[in-house]
Amino acid sequence: MDRIKALELSGAEIVVRCLQEEGVECIFGYPGGAVLYIYDALFKQDKVRHVLVRHEQGAAHAADGYARSSGKVGVCLVTSGPGLTNAVTGIATAYLDSIPMVVLVGQVPTKAIGEDAFQEVDTVGITRPCVKHNFLVKDVKDLAVTIKKAFHIAQTGRPGPVLVDIPKDLTAQDCEFLYPDSVSMRSYSPITRGHAGQIKKAAKLLLEAKRPVIYAGGGVILSNASDRLTELVRLLGVPCTNTLMGLGGFPGTDPLSLGMLGMHGTYEANMAMQHCDVLLAVGARFDDRVIGDPEHFAQNRRKIIHVDIDPSSISKRVKVDVPVVGNVDDVLAELLKLAKAEACGNAAALDDWWRQIAEWRARNCLRYDRASSIIKPQYVIEKLYEVTGGDAYVTSDVGQHQMWAAQFYKFDKPRRWINSGGLGTMGFGLPSAMGVQLAHPGATVACVTGESSIQMCIQELSTCKQYRLPIKIINLNNRYMGMVRQWQQFFHGNRYSESYMDALPDFVKLAEGYGHRGLKVERPEDVEPALREVFARKDELVFVDFVTDQTENVYPMVAAGKGITEMIFAEDL
Amino acid sequence: MRHIISVLLENEAGALSRVAGLFSARGYNIESLTVAPTEDKSMSRMTIVTRGSNDVVEQITKQLNKLIEVVKVVDLSEAAHIERELMLIKVRAGAKEREDMKRMADIFRGRVIDVSDNTYTIELTGDGHKLDAFIEAIDPALIVETVRTGTSGIGRGNRVLKA
Ligand SMILES: Cc1ncc(C[n+]2csc(CCOP(=O)(O)OP(=O)(O)O)c2C)c(N)n1
Repeated sequence: MDRIKALELSGAEIVVRCLQEEGVECIFGYPGGAVLYIYDALFKQDKVRHVLVRHEQGAAHAADGYARSSGKVGVCLVTSGPGLTNAVTGIATAYLDSIPMVVLVGQVPTKAIGEDAFQEVDTVGITRPCVKHNFLVKDVKDLAVTIKKAFHIAQTGRPGPVLVDIPKDLTAQDCEFLYPDSVSMRSYSPITRGHAGQIKKAAKLLLEAKRPVIYAGGGVILSNASDRLTELVRLLGVPCTNTLMGLGGFPGTDPLSLGMLGMHGTYEANMAMQHCDVLLAVGARFDDRVIGDPEHFAQNRRKIIHVDIDPSSISKRVKVDVPVVGNVDDVLAELLKLAKAEACGNAAALDDWWRQIAEWRARNCLRYDRASSIIKPQYVIEKLYEVTGGDAYVTSDVGQHQMWAAQFYKFDKPRRWINSGGLGTMGFGLPSAMGVQLAHPGATVACVTGESSIQMCIQELSTCKQYRLPIKIINLNNRYMGMVRQWQQFFHGNRYSESYMDALPDFVKLAEGYGHRGLKVERPEDVEPALREVFARKDELVFVDFVTDQTENVYPMVAAGKGITEMIFAEDL
Repeated sequence: MRHIISVLLENEAGALSRVAGLFSARGYNIESLTVAPTEDKSMSRMTIVTRGSNDVVEQITKQLNKLIEVVKVVDLSEAAHIERELMLIKVRAGAKEREDMKRMADIFRGRVIDVSDNTYTIELTGDGHKLDAFIEAIDPALIVETVRTGTSGIGRGNRVLKA
């Protein structure tokens, strides 16, 4: 170490060098006073590409989409004060879905901190509850090691966003640059390997089960465990259901898949969850949108095995019998070993279980009116699936369209379905699609959205133009905040308070105004040809405005607070 | 149930607010909280007294453990432990009350640490019940001011919380 002549760099250069050392190829940001030195350092190099968004929320979502689709850490850079506050929604979105992200923020100069200086906010205070961790760097000597720690914390254990607040004066000071190869923190050492005894118990339970179900969440995707999960499910021949965050963790087209479970899950998935005798939960957290009322869920006795990297996810809402804390992929590998060594016992019981599941499936709970003369949103997603060969990256906003995309696009691969599950952030779809497209330049990327959501980050159409991002925007335009309208119809006596979207822009002209192509589709028979045409345009962003049925609802539905099997079906209304 | 949670954490600016923020954000209650550096100045020891069902307290310890700056967490009340609190109480002690007040302090093994013409300041340590009992035992009209530190705790015997 001492033989190498340490390099003297400015704080700003150190920031950029750290990114290079971390292998960061692309960051998303927006300049301002507090980060001008960093922007200057970015200007003077060409290893780290900077993508200029049009609003800092877009920067955070884009970094997030980049991370979700690639598995790498997403990075964004914003200025102090309003730059940071604009980004908070995006940071919280990443936090709730445990997405590895590093957020670099400018701060007013050290001496001005606490003086209500121009564009000063308490960044560390504001973001504390919505980051995995945050740092305020007080000395330029600490800058490199702090950034190293940020990358380390963001992508180990249960991943999450980590923020580094950097006062402007530090970025102008010179300091030796030494980037540590690794960091060790006595207060942070996440568990990875599961407890062998617990895994043995889990394997025994699974192999002896008569009515087993595997319930897989976003943790499977975050820990790159899809292959292992798929192998285990197929080896055991047991049903598997995925959460909204876990779609693609097990192939949606596999006959062993029950589809999504939860509030808008399939009948068969929710029934199987309720009536199984052994439940293996992997990288999932029994959240309220998934199992509904925990008391109702507990009415049926079953043995629960819960594999999760985060001890605090275990026995939080539901008591479990066999907790296994560890990295999902590692634990599944161990489970697989044990399962392979034993002959699977309960073939006859499993046959009965599958017969029962077939009966539930026969209910055909996702049925909709295919003869409709108005475009049904479900039909658009089905055709989107067909036209893209089931192989697109699909981002979504929040609302009915999100649920239809989750229900009708069968994801066979992980990291293809990109949506804000935990925070439910409208505005996520377009900027996250930019991150996806930048991480996968040649890939097909579709953003499924609604006319309300898309307007929350519509400015990013300009970013898409600048960087030639050929995203296909699938706008399911029902002239309503559809999901709000649906709840008002079901639970508020059809009083559609403020959920009608009036004075909508002409989306075709709007897209054209930003320099893109726009297309409006109004008849069911035009849906497929339009999609074929649009996806043939490999190099262009196309905004497709589908005029869809205003009254369509997402079925089945479990009302908030109800039991997981207390479902409302299309035929009930 | 009352629980005493001991936390060993990095002695860094902001660490305290992370703990306090966690409790308020998740709706856990804090009866008292004490914190100061340990013999190793880079670390602080915190004692939090909280109330909640076993499930809630399990969540509290897990959530505390998740904080990056937290090194170790233990629920002291799970096993044998000692708890102490310090109280400084200023009472009226004019000619009429002096003798009684001194006797009272003696009974509770308190010490008079400051005297003025008409007041005593008494220092008292013990568990919370003992301090409560002292307050109960004297005429409320004579209490001028009370300052309590909140509970600090430590495990008995070989039970230690160390990095
Ligand atoms: C930022 C934000 N504000 C409000 C909401 C509440 N919300 C959930 S869905 C929804 C309606 C979405 O409408 P649209 O984008 O048109 O989609 P649709 O449900 O019609 O498919 C609203 C307002 C939210 N999720 N996010």
